[in-house]
Formats: sequence, C-alpha cells, structure tokens
Amino acid sequence: MLGNIHSTESFGTVDGPGIRFVIFFQGCPMRCLYCHNPDTWNSAPNQQIPAEELLAQYRRNAAFYRNGGITATGGEPMMQLPFLTELFTLAHTEKIHTCLDTSGICFDPANPARYDALLAVTDLVMLDIKHIDDAAHRRLTGHSNVNILAFAQYISEKGIPVWIRHVIVPGWTDDAEEQFRLGEFIGGLRTLKGLDVLPYHDFGKQKYAALGMEYPLADTPPVTVEEAAEARKQIMRGIRHRLKSEAT
Amino acid sequence: MFNEFAPEWEGFVPGRWSNTSVNVRDFIQKNITPYDGDASFLTGPTEATKKLWAQVMDLSAQERAAGGVLDMDTKIISTITSHGPGYLNKDLEKIVGLQTDKPFKRSLQPFGGIRMAQNACREYGYEVDPKVVEIFTKYRKTHNQGVFDAYTPEMRLARKSAILTGLPDAYGRGRIIGDYRRIALYGIDLLIEDKEHQKATHFVRMTSDNIRLREELSEQIRALGELKELGRIYGFDISRPAKNAQEAVQWLYFGYLAAVKEQNGAAMSLGRTSTFLDIFIQRDLERGILTESEAQELIDHFIMKLRMVKFARTPEYNALFSGDPTWVTESIGGVSVDGQHMVTKNSFRYLNTLNNLGTAPEPNLTVLWSKKLPINFKRFCAEMSIKTSSIQYENDDLMRVTHGDDYAIACCVSSMVVGKEMQFFGARANLAKCLLYAINGGVDEVMKVQVGPKYRPVVGDYLDYDDVMDKYDQMMEWLAGLYVNTLNIIHYMHDKYCYEKVQMALHDRDVKRYFATGIAGLSVVADSLSAIKYAKVKCIRDENGIVVDYEVEGDFPKYGNDDDRVDQIAVSIVKTFMDKIRKHHTYRDSIPTMSILTITSNVVYGKKTGNTPDGRKHGVPLAPGANPMHGRDTHGAVASLTSVSKLPFRHAQDGISNTFSIIPDALGKNTKIFSGDLDLDALRQEAEDETE
Repeated sequence: MLGNIHSTESFGTVDGPGIRFVIFFQGCPMRCLYCHNPDTWNSAPNQQIPAEELLAQYRRNAAFYRNGGITATGGEPMMQLPFLTELFTLAHTEKIHTCLDTSGICFDPANPARYDALLAVTDLVMLDIKHIDDAAHRRLTGHSNVNILAFAQYISEKGIPVWIRHVIVPGWTDDAEEQFRLGEFIGGLRTLKGLDVLPYHDFGKQKYAALGMEYPLADTPPVTVEEAAEARKQIMRGIRHRLKSEAT
Repeated sequence: MFNEFAPEWEGFVPGRWSNTSVNVRDFIQKNITPYDGDASFLTGPTEATKKLWAQVMDLSAQERAAGGVLDMDTKIISTITSHGPGYLNKDLEKIVGLQTDKPFKRSLQPFGGIRMAQNACREYGYEVDPKVVEIFTKYRKTHNQGVFDAYTPEMRLARKSAILTGLPDAYGRGRIIGDYRRIALYGIDLLIEDKEHQKATHFVRMTSDNIRLREELSEQIRALGELKELGRIYGFDISRPAKNAQEAVQWLYFGYLAAVKEQNGAAMSLGRTSTFLDIFIQRDLERGILTESEAQELIDHFIMKLRMVKFARTPEYNALFSGDPTWVTESIGGVSVDGQHMVTKNSFRYLNTLNNLGTAPEPNLTVLWSKKLPINFKRFCAEMSIKTSSIQYENDDLMRVTHGDDYAIACCVSSMVVGKEMQFFGARANLAKCLLYAINGGVDEVMKVQVGPKYRPVVGDYLDYDDVMDKYDQMMEWLAGLYVNTLNIIHYMHDKYCYEKVQMALHDRDVKRYFATGIAGLSVVADSLSAIKYAKVKCIRDENGIVVDYEVEGDFPKYGNDDDRVDQIAVSIVKTFMDKIRKHHTYRDSIPTMSILTITSNVVYGKKTGNTPDGRKHGVPLAPGANPMHGRDTHGAVASLTSVSKLPFRHAQDGISNTFSIIPDALGKNTKIFSGDLDLDALRQEAEDETE
C-alpha cells in the first residue's frame, strides 16, 4: 500500500517522547484558522511512499531514536486509515514506539470498531482539541467537535495513553471559563498522560503568502509563554474539579 | 633513565613514567581520579578573578576602540626570553606570564615572513623598525622567502587562482601541540637530560636526514634552556618538577607561553591538560592545602591567560579565517583504551570557566564525546552548550581506535597523540573549482586564463555524467600532484627557516608526522555531479567558449538528505582524491591524511569559485566543512548528519567537520507548560485526599 506523504522530518523533538522520525501525511479535512501547515490540506497525490520504505528510513538511523519512535502527523493521518494501520502494524512488529498525532476528526462514533486495528498498534495518541465549545469549534475549524470528543472517550476506554494538546489563540481560546470546561472534560479521560498547552505563533504567515493564500488571523498577536502558562493553570483547575467531583 | 623518585612526586603512584622514560600517559592512567558526580561542587569566581577579568574586559574595549589593536611591538623580535615580565595585576594573578611586557601588546614575529610582519603593523598604523626590516631582508632569510624561491610558475598560478588556497606559505603553519604537561611532571632539567640522551644515541652516519635531526635536537635543547630562563624571569625555578597544583598549572602554562612567543601559528592548540592537572589538584585537596574555590581560581586564571593570546596578523589572514582566531584548543574527557572514562572534576572546572568568565570562543573547549562518558558530565555539557554555545564536540569512540587515549585536537578537528605525533598543516584544495577546470580544460572560470593542464574541455550543450567524471578524474590527478608538491616545498622551508623548536622539544625524538591535506567544496561537487546525473545541466558559454554558467533542468537528489544516490558520490570523491594524494612522495616520510573542515574560509573560497553545475552562483559561500549546502538538507537534522557520517574517516583522517546550529527550543520543550508529563493518579489521589 502507498501512503500519500507530504514530507518527513528525521529529527522530531516536539512530537512525542524522545527523538522521533516524524511522517507528515498529506491531506486534512480541518481548516483551522491558525493552521501553520496549510500546505498539507490538499489531498491530491504528493509523494506516494510504501510503508516499508518509511520504515527503512527509520531503521537506517535507529540509533538516534532509541528513546523515541515514529510519529504520524500531518495533515490528518487518520484520513489514510488503511495505510496508517499498515505502517503502525509493521512498526510494532519491530517494537518501534508509535505515536499518532491527530485531530480525531475522522472518527465515526457509529462504527468505532473500524479503528480497533489501528489502536491496537498505537502506543500514544496526541489529540489536539481545538475548542471545547461546539459552536466555537465550528467557527475555528469548520467542523463540529462532537466526533472528536467521542474519539477521546473511545481511546480512553481502550486504555491508550493520550496527551492532549491545546493551542491558546487570542480572541478564540483565551477565555478562562472555556479553558476550565476543557479541563473538566479531559479530567474524565482515564488514560490522560500529558497536557501540552501551546502558545499561538504566526510562523505560518510566510507559508500562506507563498501559497498565495490570505492569512486568516492576520492581526492576531502571538501569545507569550506566561499567558500559555496561565491558561494551563485554568485547564488544570478544570481537571482537578472533575477529579474531585468523581471522588465524592 | 630516572635515578630517583623526585621528592615533588610524593603521593603519586609510581610507574613507567617515574622509573623508565618520559611517559605522561602512564602517569595519568596510574593516578587519575575519575568523577561520576554532578556539577554541584563547582564554585563561582573569586574576588580576584572578578577584578582581573574586569580588567581584561576593559582592555578589550580599549582595543576595539583603538581599531582592533591596542599596542604592537615594532622593535623587539619575539623569542622565548625576549621580554621582561608582564602582568595584569601581580598581586592578584595566580598564574602569570604574557607574550610581551604588557597585556594586549602584540609581539613581532618576522621569521615566517618580514613582509607579513610589516603589513600586519601597517594595517594598524605601526611601522616595523627599519633595522629589523634590514636584518630580515639582507641577512636573515624567512620561511616565506624560502618558499617563493622554490615555487614553480604553475604553483604560483594555482595559488593566485585559489584552486590551492589558504596555504601556510605566508604565515606560520601551527597545528603542532607541544606536550606542555611534561614540564610540570618532570621539570626542565630531566627533559634536557632526556634530549641529550636522544642525541647521544642517534645514528652517527651523517646523511642529510640525520644531520637535520641532530641540528634540531640541539635547537630543542637550547629552547628548553630558554624556557627555564622564562621561568626565572617571572621568579620561578622550573628546572624541577611542580610540587603542587599552582606550580603544575604555572609550569604547563610557561611551556605554552614559550610556544606562542616563538610561533605565530595558524592554530596554537593546548593539548589535553584538564585531567592531567586534576591529579595535582586532587593531591592538594587531599592534603588540605587547597580549597575547591582556590582550585577553580587557578583554572580561571589559567584560562584567562589563554583568552589573552594575540598575534599580529594581516587583513588577508583575518578575512580567510573570519576574524583573528588562535585555536587554543583543549581536549576534555574521552575514554581510556581499557574502557574507563577520563572525566575528572577538572573537566567540569574547565567548562565552568564559561560561567565564571562568561562565554568566549577561545580557548576552544572540545569535549571528546563517547557513549561511555558519565551521564552527569553529559548533562553538564548539554546545559553549558545551551547556555553558552561555546563547546565543540568530537567523536572519541571513532578517534580512540586510531590514536589511543592520549591524543588531542589541534585547531578544530586534527587529532594527534600528544608529544608523539605532529602534523604538517596543508590548508586545502578547492575541489569545486577543480570540477570547473575539468569542464573548461584547465581554464580558470574567473581569471579566464589557463591554470591547469590544457586537457580537452567539455563540448556540447549538455553535460554528460560519464564524460564529466572522466575529465574530473584526470583533473583531480593533476591537482593532487601539484598540491602535494607545493606542500612539500612549504614544509621543507618552514622546518628550515621557522622551526618550532620549543614545541618539538616537548615531543619524542622519533615523531610520527602526518601530512595534512584538505579539501573544500565537497557538497557543491556532490550536488553538481548529482545534478548532471539525475537532472539535465545545460552549459552557458561566454564569447571565448568558456563555460561560465549552468542551467539545471529538473530536480536532483541533494547531499544532506540521507539519500545514497548523491551521498555515495560524496563518499567516492573523498576516497578518490585521497588515493590520488597517496600516490605522491611526501616530505619527511610523513603520512598523508585529508580533512574536510573549512569552518570559516568557505566564505572566501566561495568568492573565488565561479558558477557551479548545482545552480550555486559565483560568490555564494561554499558550505563549511562537510556540511550540506545551506538550505538543501530538507529532511531534518538526523538525515543531514547521516549523510555527513557516511564520509569515510579512514580517507579523511585529519577530520571531518559539520557545523550545526539549532535553537535550544527545537531540542525539546524547555519549560514546564510544554512538557507532556501529567500524573493523573497523583492528581486523583490529591483530589481524594482533599475530599476526605
């Protein structure tokens, strides 16, 4: 089977634990306003690469990845479910740590078993929740968050470790109340192992210009580390609140 | 050789070093105290250190304000004993000794070439004393004059067109590391005794080789005598071994100081001193006559002196090396051949000078990295790298196989066993330009004159891979021969007119000599050949039929992406050129080696290299060392490093360098908010505790 791949990064340090071989899948249904990889949206064929070849690249430099592994990101890797499943299955037979960086948008709650083969060979899911409020989520990404939240519940029930990622965007996700609510939701995920709160940056601007696209968040200022730290505190408050209510 | 165990050695474990021969390695192996702990024992700068360093910073500011040079000696020719004592502040300095009688005053070193000395002075508004000029023009020949007496017209032309470039024919070759530790361990008298013995037991048949060596040994003995005198000028008797840590650092530094007073070399490296000195410091700590803070102070003051080393250099030299580097390289850490790491507390103290004195490019602190280094030291290195960007790393696991466990790095990558091996530094041949010569039948694309042999140039509009490779092979054959012969002249004359007598006095008699060649432009060559092979490259000719530009049609694999189609071209070029070098006679039976390491001079080389078939334009810098061309490695750092790591060390034994910059954030998330760790169980427990 061939994967439609945007590119690979041989020295990934921020997409999962350790140093990782990162595979960027081509194609994404989401249209997040702050996306910094708009060049991965289009699903038209880019590089068609067999899973075995990607693993061969990994193996050649395996010494670097001793404490890391493979991360599938994009784009939206789950758009290419059969290929992704094959890739992770092959990786797993070689005891390579697999990490799925996803928005969860492709998940279909009516047919969850479709994903079981993939989840059986996935060691870690990094799930990016853009917004806890459905209406706001639609405005921000063009899609409802219902399936995404259902996916979070499903992987938690399956016992797969999950890191939640959340980007703080001024005017969009900087409301303390919403952050608290997000915390309340993810506090209910039994397999929650990490929380990455990322400050919005505008490094994507140049890409939009190069692609001849208008940058949707033109006037939005980047977020400081301190602001992101404050947001994380709010989310943590929500998590604690949820745990407390469960304890009683 | 030694009749008695010197009283200064009390407390050291004896061995071959004390009862057989000069053997610093044996001393280290018998007496080392490896340290596995962390950096928490380190201390900050003392008041004296702060005051002295403030003084140095002030002098630096004055020097900058004065246009780059504060003062120059124009009368006194620098020798080991040419100047009286000089100090920053005699009362505060734990380690003393300056190149001249004043800090920041540059010495006059005309043995390499009087015109260079004059140009260096003139550049900053000074004039060399006419008497000195007269002596070095009329009565005393210099290295530079000797070289140009022997150069062929072809060599002069190749030098002018810069296909051979950076040659040490107008400046000191450097790259020799005296074993300065010997002075601390044995004292000068034992070393002279040893040298006398070497001379007395040498061949008696007077061939020119033997005559030269006998003369050199006499020069070395004389230099050791002068070194003893240098100690006396500063009030020390270094004829005997050092009896404590302060003396050990001081004795060792006198050796290095003598070297920089005698030679203005392109790289004046220090060696591998930190663990050696740790043994003296450890003994004093155990005896209770030294505190940790005092130990750090000794090292801080020593490093401060190394940071103050300065030479008078010409603007051309500074352009070539992008500044005024001295390459005071110190090699730290590493692992011994029996597998024990050689990190000591003093390895930490050396790196700690970057905290206590602030960051600096000199001395060039180089960690000999091994998988077996203790984790705490690795962590400290990483922390200091992030903080200061001032540490160089070299692969000990690779070099130990060839050089054992008492080698050091000269300049940036040249490895040699301290006191037993040396090298003849040979700058580099520009292989990118050589490729253009192959295409144009030896005509220089910038000067538009015939420089190389008049071979048949490429005909037709498009470059054919096999045709170009065939022509390139022949042109490299020519270049290798010319290059080696040019270097033979240079090193013959350097030995004759500018011999490094004090540095060689701190070597064994029968030294292994490396004949270090080098190449520039490897990634341009690899990408160009890849473009010719995998894309279509069209030639653009000028009115005289010289190919002056190229049009690349289509894409091609680029070196730096872990793609064997092009990486193997680079590997093959390295091996091919090295094999061609090996065919030629080298001066003094030296062993030919090659480096791929233009760290700064790649900018100048780029200016002198015309448009290349990979699409690079005339004037664009070549990539430094073995680096991929800027921006062409598009698959991340591991792929880029993997391409470089395919280059065979045994065909580039003088070293392969890769310049790697990364913002610390890209190495991982450095603040807590970004970290993934979240312990839900602990939080749940916490919640339950609160509820109860």
